[in-house]
Amino acid sequence: MIDVLYFAWVRERIGLPKERITTSAVTVADLVAELVAREERYAAAFADTRAVRVALDQELADFSSPIAGVREVAFFPPMTGG
Amino acid sequence: MHTVRIQDRPFSYGTESDSFAAAAGPAGAVVTFLGRVRDDGGRLSVMEIEHYPGMTERAVTAILDEAVTRWDLTAGLVIHRHGRIAPGEAIMMVATAARHRAEAFAAAEFLMDYLKSRAPFWKKEFGPDGAEWVAARDADEQALDRW
Repeated sequence: MIDVLYFAWVRERIGLPKERITTSAVTVADLVAELVAREERYAAAFADTRAVRVALDQELADFSSPIAGVREVAFFPPMTGG
Repeated sequence: MHTVRIQDRPFSYGTESDSFAAAAGPAGAVVTFLGRVRDDGGRLSVMEIEHYPGMTERAVTAILDEAVTRWDLTAGLVIHRHGRIAPGEAIMMVATAARHRAEAFAAAEFLMDYLKSRAPFWKKEFGPDGAEWVAARDADEQALDRW
């Protein structure tokens, strides 16, 4: 089981802020492929993955990063703080 | 004294600046910066800032720790708000204290550059024509290269 969090327009497109899922994905990219295959709203959120950032257990990571042992994955647009 | 505060309530720039300077010890230089919601000719009614509770505090603390180490700051402060903020209101502030002004200015600029694109905040603007997420700018990403 892994918690998947969504923020900003990624959250709006998918329609929920957080879900707990069971996955056999090895990498972040695998997880995204699983989600995209589920429903159109996921495909809409991940249509351009260059516009999406990922964090694993609250640390920035890459789509090629492995997710073994990770408890929390978050997807969001490029950050706009300050 | 290195402090990170992520909060939805407003803060007083004057009060925070005074207490920061008072607690900054023997530093000869204190730099403060205030970021506010721009009022672009009335096109913006309110800004809403979303963040990632937990990661925000971690990321901002890591950025401040890096600044403290690189410029040997005697004190550092980051306050960043989330939630709904009106034009003209304060979004965030940074304060740095160092022996000399060059270090204090450089550390403040470093903090601003990193908070812009490495702290998990997202701005959404609400105006008469609807709502829109603020897009990250390439220039903000490139600004990190100089550090």
